[in-house]
Amino acid sequence: MSVFRSIVFSAALAGVITGAAITGAQMVGTIPLIQKSEVYERKAEAPAAVAPTAAAQPAHTHDHGAAAHSHEAEWEPAEGLQRNAFTTGANILTAIGFALLLAGVFALRGRTVSWREGLFWGLGGFVIFTAAPGLGLPPELPGMPVADLALRQTWWIGTACATAAGLGLLVFRKASWAAILGLGLIVLPHLIGAPQAPAGHTDVPEALSHSFVVAATLTSLLFWALLGVLTSVAFQRISRA
Amino acid sequence: MQQTQTAQISAITTDVNVVVQAVLAMALGLFIVGVVGFSHISAVHNAAHDTRHANAFPCH
Repeated sequence: MSVFRSIVFSAALAGVITGAAITGAQMVGTIPLIQKSEVYERKAEAPAAVAPTAAAQPAHTHDHGAAAHSHEAEWEPAEGLQRNAFTTGANILTAIGFALLLAGVFALRGRTVSWREGLFWGLGGFVIFTAAPGLGLPPELPGMPVADLALRQTWWIGTACATAAGLGLLVFRKASWAAILGLGLIVLPHLIGAPQAPAGHTDVPEALSHSFVVAATLTSLLFWALLGVLTSVAFQRISRA
Repeated sequence: MQQTQTAQISAITTDVNVVVQAVLAMALGLFIVGVVGFSHISAVHNAAHDTRHANAFPCH
């Protein structure tokens, strides 16, 4: 079978299983906290929605910078089954996307990657895509004051790239310059600093957002460990077939 | 001599072939993650809302 097809099939298989499993973990972990937080978010939005009618009609823009964020007039999945179905779908797609990266790496290794090695690649993914960006931009609940979306996305992507390059240098280059440069690349985005939220009031309790950081980080650890192992096992089997 | 050379060349072309396919697959993976986690289209955003928050992708 061609390498591309092996990668895609193993990523799809590992992604569907991991995405479904992680949705189960989110049902008990992060989703109840998001729903609790949305109660505060809606309370904060309610007076804002009444006020601006007299003033000039605000342009119908999706103002990401504002603390009061309006969902109305935009399509969103209905509460309950539909919302959970979309969450499951998004989780599976995310898992397939990241599994494509992992399986691509396994193909580039040019030899069999054991499940334990797959686990470590998964943990690498956790460090690159969750731990490193999460240091500057911790997992946030809806309704928290946040900095400009595009700025945060740029910092997030930059941090993930720098951390990946840094880890790669640390692990695969034996020279001392590589260790220094690798550590430097990992630290650099945090010296630059993540875009900070404007000082704003939020009704979301501190304890709730703290629980969310813990729940989201642990779920992500599970996600990456599972994805690393399953992708390596699937790619091993499928590429040999 | 010539045989080993041919073998080497074919090994190199296979390697290049593998690299191209692997890189294409990885680009596809990044594209999928980008759409689910980073799209500014509000319908896509709302559909993947809980996933974005749980994965700590920057959200509104």
